[in-house]
Amino acid sequence: MIGVLPRKARIPAMALFMMATLVIAGPFFFPASYHLPSNITFAAPSTVHLCGTDLDGRDLLLRILEGGRISLLVGISGAAISLLIGTTYGLIAGSAQSHVDNAMMRLVDILYSVPRLIFILIFINAFNERLQTVANNHGWDWLVGSSRLVILILCLGFIEWLTMARIVRGQTLALRERSYVAAAQVLGENYWPILWRHLLPNLMGIVLVYLTLAIPSVIIDEAFLSFLGLGVQAPQSSWGSLLSEGAAAINPLHSDWWLLLFPSVVLLTTLLALYSLGDALRRSIQAK
Amino acid sequence: MSSPLISRLASLPLVLFCVVSITFFLIRLSPGGPFDAERKIPAAIEKKLLAKYQLDGPILTQYTGYLGDLIHGDLRLSTKYRNRSVNEILAQTLPVTFTLGAVALLLAVAGGLWLGAFAAARPGTHTEALALTLTLVSISLPSFVLGPLLILLFSIKLSWLPVGGWGTPQQLVLPAITLAIPFAAVIARLLHDSLRETLSEDFIRTARAKGLMESKVIYRHALRVAILPVVSYLGPLAANLLTGSIVVETLFHIPGAGGFFVNSILNRDGFLLGGVVIVYCVLLMIFNLLVDLSYRLLDRRIQG
Repeated sequence: MIGVLPRKARIPAMALFMMATLVIAGPFFFPASYHLPSNITFAAPSTVHLCGTDLDGRDLLLRILEGGRISLLVGISGAAISLLIGTTYGLIAGSAQSHVDNAMMRLVDILYSVPRLIFILIFINAFNERLQTVANNHGWDWLVGSSRLVILILCLGFIEWLTMARIVRGQTLALRERSYVAAAQVLGENYWPILWRHLLPNLMGIVLVYLTLAIPSVIIDEAFLSFLGLGVQAPQSSWGSLLSEGAAAINPLHSDWWLLLFPSVVLLTTLLALYSLGDALRRSIQAK
Repeated sequence: MSSPLISRLASLPLVLFCVVSITFFLIRLSPGGPFDAERKIPAAIEKKLLAKYQLDGPILTQYTGYLGDLIHGDLRLSTKYRNRSVNEILAQTLPVTFTLGAVALLLAVAGGLWLGAFAAARPGTHTEALALTLTLVSISLPSFVLGPLLILLFSIKLSWLPVGGWGTPQQLVLPAITLAIPFAAVIARLLHDSLRETLSEDFIRTARAKGLMESKVIYRHALRVAILPVVSYLGPLAANLLTGSIVVETLFHIPGAGGFFVNSILNRDGFLLGGVVIVYCVLLMIFNLLVDLSYRLLDRRIQG
């Protein structure tokens, strides 16, 4: 299956596959005691605890893997939402009359230059408790504990769709002029069925490429919010919250460097793999 | 001035109005008031406090009152830092954020342009591949990863630079680098790609056929066209820099507006929060307008 990818995309794809497997399956192989606070706090990396332990004596490697579940979940689902919004918006703008198209793209320009993450922070604050009340009233237990996570995913999806919209709109404008669209129109088909049946399948390739590039952006946004203590909240943790614990653990007196180094390396590897994969795919699609 | 520019100028107040309204209602509709503390204050005192900060009465009256104050340039009082006005707090903190942002912006643009041109001038070589890999790694190093690592290495292990604080040039080095590196990488990639594209165009072949030196072809002829994508990236870049500076200021204990922003969310300090957001947006709009202007000056093709 990996053979269908362009050559430069293969190594990042394999790295990502390994990372995802580790993050999903890894935590099952740890003894139950590693989940719990213990009195072996701030232990340096050893054969017992490969990445050392944190300030509560929990195993850091296990926490990184479990944090990875949250980070990847937020990244993938947030990017999926951004794909949905961006593709719809781009298709509409690209198909509409030029003054509607202009207005829609002007809005994208404005949104690009607004500090969107800052609005997200206010938004999460405004709606988290409301959603919890709703969840409590309806007895949706699963939502009560993870309402913040759900809002986070929705919000991040809601701010990362701009690039997708631009790309899809540009592609739609180009594809509209192709002869097969004209042929379908001559055969008496309406525009929207043409869009659905002919344009959308042709857009899939480029949309998937930009999905690969949206995932790392969402992961970075989530980590940014969690680093400030305004994203994922305890008992859940993500790579961002682990990094903020790691940054707090270094000081001139005694530096518990492993708390910072290992989460950094894992996040860097994942982002690098995602960006290289997206970049290689983009170049191969542009070369065609 | 061309007409699209005038229409942009005209849309500024509208955008600003939307920003102000959204911010106001999101904050005011958040659960919990600014005076909800662990120790409950008597109802009479809370009522007086609410009246002092103009937080009583119907929400629409509060809203129009706030808009009226904003028009007069009054961002109201902070509800956490009692008796200090938001204007006062911002007057103290914004210059700090500004200095940091401006230095980081300069570093990002200078470093990014240099690396991008350097890589594009060496097509197909290992140097180019290495430079491009380096930019990918830098993009994958957001400020909250890079910052702590730089502190660990340069401040704690090597003790070359201070851990944090503000006031001396040495204290500016690490924060500015932390903030600038990911954006420098984005600029380098943008310039590299657009330079490679420009260098295959006809007018470049003409310039080469005239016998110009390759460095002159790149810097005198190609760069003028190839720099346009970088210029249009400056707007989003400034927005991301402001957001990024929140992390960097927290990380390096810099007394800028970013730290107050985070605290104002935690303290439910609505007017301070609103003030920071509004001022950030105004600054970004002005910056974007300038970028737009310079884009039009640089690109003769879209003049008309």
